[in-house]
Amino acid sequence: MNLMIVPILVPAIIAALCLFRPIRLSRWARRLSLGSTLVILISALLLFLSARDGTISTYELGDWPAPFGIVMVLDRLSAMMVLLTSLLALAVLGHAVMTGLDRRGWHFHPLFQFQLLGLNGAFLTGDLFNLFVFFEVLLIASYGLMLHGQGAERLHAGVKYVVVNLVGSTLFLIAVGILYGVTGTLNMADMAQRVAEASPGDQPLIRAGAQLLMAVFALKAALLPLHLWLPQTYARTSAPVAALFAILTKVGVYSILRVTILIFGEDAGAVAWAPAGWMLPASILSIAAGFIGVLAARRMRVLSAFAVIGSTGTLLVAVSVFEPAATSAALYYLPHSTLAGAMLFLVTDLIVRGRSEGEDWLRPGAPFAGMAQLSALFLLAAIAMAGLPPLSGFIGKLLILDATAANHAAPWIWGAILGGTFLAILGLARAGSTLFWKSADGEMIPGAKALQPRVFVPAWGLFALLAALTVFAGPASDYAEATVQQIYDRGAYIDAVLGTDRSGS
Amino acid sequence: MSVEFLVASAIGALTAAGIYLTLRGRTFPVVLGIAMLSYAINAFLFSMGRLVVDQPPIYDPEAAGYTDPLPQALVLTAIVISFGMSALVVVLALRAYLESGSDHVDAEPKDQAMPRDGRHKGEGDAR
Repeated sequence: MNLMIVPILVPAIIAALCLFRPIRLSRWARRLSLGSTLVILISALLLFLSARDGTISTYELGDWPAPFGIVMVLDRLSAMMVLLTSLLALAVLGHAVMTGLDRRGWHFHPLFQFQLLGLNGAFLTGDLFNLFVFFEVLLIASYGLMLHGQGAERLHAGVKYVVVNLVGSTLFLIAVGILYGVTGTLNMADMAQRVAEASPGDQPLIRAGAQLLMAVFALKAALLPLHLWLPQTYARTSAPVAALFAILTKVGVYSILRVTILIFGEDAGAVAWAPAGWMLPASILSIAAGFIGVLAARRMRVLSAFAVIGSTGTLLVAVSVFEPAATSAALYYLPHSTLAGAMLFLVTDLIVRGRSEGEDWLRPGAPFAGMAQLSALFLLAAIAMAGLPPLSGFIGKLLILDATAANHAAPWIWGAILGGTFLAILGLARAGSTLFWKSADGEMIPGAKALQPRVFVPAWGLFALLAALTVFAGPASDYAEATVQQIYDRGAYIDAVLGTDRSGS
Repeated sequence: MSVEFLVASAIGALTAAGIYLTLRGRTFPVVLGIAMLSYAINAFLFSMGRLVVDQPPIYDPEAAGYTDPLPQALVLTAIVISFGMSALVVVLALRAYLESGSDHVDAEPKDQAMPRDGRHKGEGDAR
């Protein structure tokens, strides 16, 4: 199963190629970058198809046997995340190329490819320290992408973003160090076994390591109160980059799911489900903070950033219940939340480009060309983000509500999700009416350039994916259920990684 | 005093200093704080392989015992990453200072009030 290394190796090679001066300055950077993203998409599709039947395949780098060497693991969850990443990446890259964003600095394409390398690696690795390394790769690339285009505002937000994430990485290392010191392994499957067998004396330390690790993942997922870095970062960076960053919060969610269920799951004795206690209230508060922020936002990119927090909070509510039914609802909502967040950012970018002097303040301005199409796109993105029918957000929220109905915290969860949806509708409706209806009277800006029709393609593409997720909601939720069965079946994962009959190598 | 006590208190002191400096208001102490934190983590990771005196980390036919080689490899990775990151954060802090004339972490560009004319430009026009 050596195909598994393709989504990691291809961007690494292409990124290095794009750094060469003759390529960087020619049209080849774009071609290489687009080509690499397409190759990743194709390999992600193939991986997705091969993981669909429920086999867990592994690939041992350098052929070192599993607990000693680094191992890549592909199961349904990883395959889904890699596919989602590559679809999103293609849309964002298309948008960046068509709007000329990639020409506003020298290193857009290498950074973009390194970002994909880090994302795919984080989703495919089966080793805790390797997860840290891929986190670093994707973070370092994200620092560069976040600063792409520059400007004083962006630099100041960048300093904060980098410092917060450096502290996060430090905590990650402490957590990994503690867990290694107690269990003596970094392989996730091996660690799951050792944590289950840990002596009572070691359990407080494991608990501390687990909570620290979850705090780091919660920081990436922008869980309240660790969300404060997100609005500034996403609002100050260029919108397509923010659209790509919609998957960054999901890396945190993915890691929470993977690590908690596998290592700190039901077999873990006293440390079982260690983070569940504080994660549920925190995610309920995230929904509130996110959607109140949507209502209060006065700039469009701030609005989109808070919408991402709220939507990730909704996702984390379903995750932090840690019951199979709720997790399966979360896995249906996860791609929706990513795509809807990214679409909102792309549409925001198009609106900002269309308006006079590219302002993103939420106030009436002069009418601009392409308003009709943009208002339709904004309406669709808003429907998706708020979770109204007929789009997949509605189905996702319904699944989450249904799965948490029997939970002891159900009134809180239902109240938060329904109240959050209401606030989101209010905030997005207010933004839409300010932008499109109040702007509609008045004179057109003289000499304003119309956006070329093709720049709308990536945003419509994301909408098409959302529509597909709605139309094929049945197969998608079946896939989510099968995924949940697979990730809760820890024995199969451990056997696949450590067992003797490995399908890889 | 045992080696364990010395190492543990050194890590503790470095971490405490790092946290204090990271919470300061200007970027220079923050950068120093992050450097201190990363030193503390390097020592911490190293000691997670247990403190062993005078033992080889790799195969040696005459060795009576071994020290754990893995944390040393981890520390190497962590050092490389934290070194690169410190360089980045220094450059970033300098650029932010030079562009805005303030090295406060919380220096806010004046965007709290809605400007009367659209001063906040976007990325430029579509090609």
